[in-house]
Amino acid sequence: MKPVSHAFKDNAKQALADEPLRRALGGIKHGFVANRAKARAKLPEFERLRDEARAVKEHTLAHLDLYLEAYEKKVTETGGHVHWAATAADARAAILQICQAAGAKTVTKGKSMVGEEIAINEHLEAAGITPVETDLGEYLIQLRHEPPSHIIAPAIHLNKGQVEADFRREHTDLPDNRVLEEPAQLVAEARAVLRKQFLAADVGITGANLLIAETGTSVIVTNEGNGDLTQCLPRIHVVITSIEKMVPTLEDANTILRVLARSATGQECSTYTTFSTGPKRDGDPDGPDEYHVVVLDNGRSEMLGGQFHDMLRCIRCGACMNHCPVYGAIGGHAYGWVYPGPMGAVLTPSLIGIDEAGNLPNASTFCGRCEAVCPMRIPLPKMMRHWREREYEKGNTPAFYKLSLKAWAYAAKNPRLYQTLTGLLIPLLARFGSKGRFRSLPLASGWTRYRDLPAPQGKTFQQLWRAKEMRS
Amino acid sequence: MAGKNQAISTPTVGLFVTCLVDLIRPSVGFAAVKLLEEAGCRVEVPQSQTCCGQPAYNSGDKSDARALALNTIAAFEGFDYVVAPSGSCAGMLKHHYPELLGDDPETAERANKFAQKVYELISFLVDVREMKAVSAAFEANTTYHDSCAGLRELGIKKQPRELLASVKGLTLTEMDEAEICCGFGGTFSIKYPDISNAIVEKKTGNITASKTTCLLAGDLGCLMNMAGKLSREGKRVEVRHVAEVLAGMTDTPAIGQGDEGTQ
Amino acid sequence: MNASNTRESVLGSIRGSLRVTGDDAARVDAVRKRLKAPSPNLVPERANVRGEESIALLTEMLEGQSAHVSRAKTLDEIPKLVANYLRKNNLPAEFRTGSDGLLADIPWGKATSLTHHLGRGQGDDAVAVSRARTAAAETGTLFLTSGPENPTTLNFLPDTHIVVIQAKDILGSYEDGWNAIRKIYGKRPLPRAVNLISGPSRTADIEQIIVMGAHGPRRLHVIIAG
Repeated sequence: MKPVSHAFKDNAKQALADEPLRRALGGIKHGFVANRAKARAKLPEFERLRDEARAVKEHTLAHLDLYLEAYEKKVTETGGHVHWAATAADARAAILQICQAAGAKTVTKGKSMVGEEIAINEHLEAAGITPVETDLGEYLIQLRHEPPSHIIAPAIHLNKGQVEADFRREHTDLPDNRVLEEPAQLVAEARAVLRKQFLAADVGITGANLLIAETGTSVIVTNEGNGDLTQCLPRIHVVITSIEKMVPTLEDANTILRVLARSATGQECSTYTTFSTGPKRDGDPDGPDEYHVVVLDNGRSEMLGGQFHDMLRCIRCGACMNHCPVYGAIGGHAYGWVYPGPMGAVLTPSLIGIDEAGNLPNASTFCGRCEAVCPMRIPLPKMMRHWREREYEKGNTPAFYKLSLKAWAYAAKNPRLYQTLTGLLIPLLARFGSKGRFRSLPLASGWTRYRDLPAPQGKTFQQLWRAKEMRS
Repeated sequence: MAGKNQAISTPTVGLFVTCLVDLIRPSVGFAAVKLLEEAGCRVEVPQSQTCCGQPAYNSGDKSDARALALNTIAAFEGFDYVVAPSGSCAGMLKHHYPELLGDDPETAERANKFAQKVYELISFLVDVREMKAVSAAFEANTTYHDSCAGLRELGIKKQPRELLASVKGLTLTEMDEAEICCGFGGTFSIKYPDISNAIVEKKTGNITASKTTCLLAGDLGCLMNMAGKLSREGKRVEVRHVAEVLAGMTDTPAIGQGDEGTQ
Repeated sequence: MNASNTRESVLGSIRGSLRVTGDDAARVDAVRKRLKAPSPNLVPERANVRGEESIALLTEMLEGQSAHVSRAKTLDEIPKLVANYLRKNNLPAEFRTGSDGLLADIPWGKATSLTHHLGRGQGDDAVAVSRARTAAAETGTLFLTSGPENPTTLNFLPDTHIVVIQAKDILGSYEDGWNAIRKIYGKRPLPRAVNLISGPSRTADIEQIIVMGAHGPRRLHVIIAG
């Protein structure tokens, strides 16, 4: 999709006025957040597992070239194919080629954030191939031509009334008088509609939560089972994934899996964790004839060893956005591209540039809750700050804001000037705020539009302290 | 650590006043001085201190942030401890200075040495000075907001509650989501006023739902944000810095409240 | 760019950023060692169970994830258990299995009402019976392997999935489970699919309300044999 991250402020304003959205976001607290807390409390080793998971990824990233080579070798040995993609365009081309070679008309898709990143659906559609999203949430937003608003709950912004309207509009071969009031009825309808698609598809595309070098395996984690029907029914299974999903061994995968679901949905583990290795074997009655893995770089290799290296540990659990007060206020669409919330605020500028995505790392209170819950202990606020530094160096900081900051810093760097200026201005300001607060104040309208500004008590502490010292 | 710190019977503490306390609410500074003295410290206030540099640091202006950090370190180099009545500023001094000044070995060493002496006021009183109770009285049903930097960078959670429990007449009722950001975020509240407002609205909702009459916290920035929103919403909640209550200095009007003609 | 150039450019970019080469002996050695002798990281204490303890934990975890669990002392008891379960849930008295030896040893004829089909899953199957090769009690997780014995489609297409596992195959941790799988497959590669299943299919994609049977089975019934 074409990013609209540059319009973040307007997007956010719209989101704040969207009552159904705010109700939907309000549910996160009782769902994902409460459940994560319970799962964490039930596993005494959880904090140590986070350290271990981080160590697994750090070791892998430090040897990523070698693990990728080992992985490729295993995939090939088990009859699969690895396709390297330096850019999103490379990945799109590789997938389209596989689909066209198979004469594919319909492609079923499991949920894949990398698929969103490379905008594979639009690319297939343009070539006359119909992609069908099969994760319920992804299916809901595909019907609306929307991007996901959350990395594990893509349709979290929608309510059942909206879903009902979409189903009535799209599923026109079903009776008009059917009842679609409850989520269970909506899910049953989607199940029946998509079941036909699963059985008809020529190619199934899934993402991968992990790649395992030891065995040449790709792993997906789902609750619906859609990813499994996507990969075991069509003739061809394509995995679209990226280089940092690698782990060395099955044991290392276990460690990541132990923190993934607990951090994401608060489940002890997801309902289905599927380890896929190559195409079907001699004598297998089901499974794909071909197994392809498209491994995308798209700027990730350049993040290694640099200021944004830690971001490559991300396992896409969504805990950072579930716990983010900003995400909780505006939802995912305001971020304007594929990855929202704190992880998006760091990753998006790396992938589409800071000029487009400059607002994202700025729109954080640095409350630190994202880092506190990140299973991979990614220092998200610190990396957002690094983006702010780059923006500042590039001169992207808004002029008036920068000027105010500079003036303040100039005074603060000269203590005597600072004490003199504040000693003059503050008592003056205090006189105007005689009720203890300002309802409006020039240059502070952003603040006073929504809240009063408490007024200074009178003199500065420094003035009062010096006066007291003189007396004694 | 406490044992080692106790070795200094009358430590000299440099008070890092913080800009907001200096300019907006000096009473918090005097409350801090009183509490530190009650905890057996000698308190000094270096005149050459200004701002910790956080606005510059969080805006990507590293060079000004560095200059301000070095100014702060220079102002406080002679003290046994540096104490600030703010988790946010103390976090800046303790955790971010070493990072900011880490590139150059010489400044890195100064920053690390400095950082070891830095504490937020309430945690200093409880963790270092082993204060268990205060002698203050304050008749109020209060609730406490855990400011983000204090909570997550410095681990401040129990300390203020422990001391508040000793204040005569005070009850504390926990609000829902006490640990969630109030939406202040320093320059965030100015750069993204709409989002900031949405977040503080949730916070004031939780404050009023707690059915308490007084809101306490340890950071003046957050307090001004919440007090400003409460008064704009016409809600009658008294908002104070926790140090004022612990020091028994509650005769000043609450944050954002006028003298109501008593002057 | 052609395929091999893309490969080299990605690997080259990784090495450039890491400031390493691909032939550094220490790095190559570290990777070879880790892959050759995989060793467990931290395993939660909870997983340190065996025998009846592991059966109890597996049962507790599965039930916590909305699966139904019952116990059969011998294979002989299974036909009646299945027939009763199907009747109780108003399901047709027929099911499909693969060619698994353990499942073939079950005297299905003992429940005369049951019709037994063989083969891979079909779009309209109501009930399938599969065998799990092992299970990790720590999260109530069954390990099913693909192949003619237990076709993967049986795990996902039917509305009701019944999984038989022998009591002796129930272990504590994921590590235990994978070691059991490694033992079965020896030097051969892993089967095409290893499905870790911990409950029936579900979704919470509409208003965060959990609904069973999103795409896979609505019901998971686990029979522990032995």
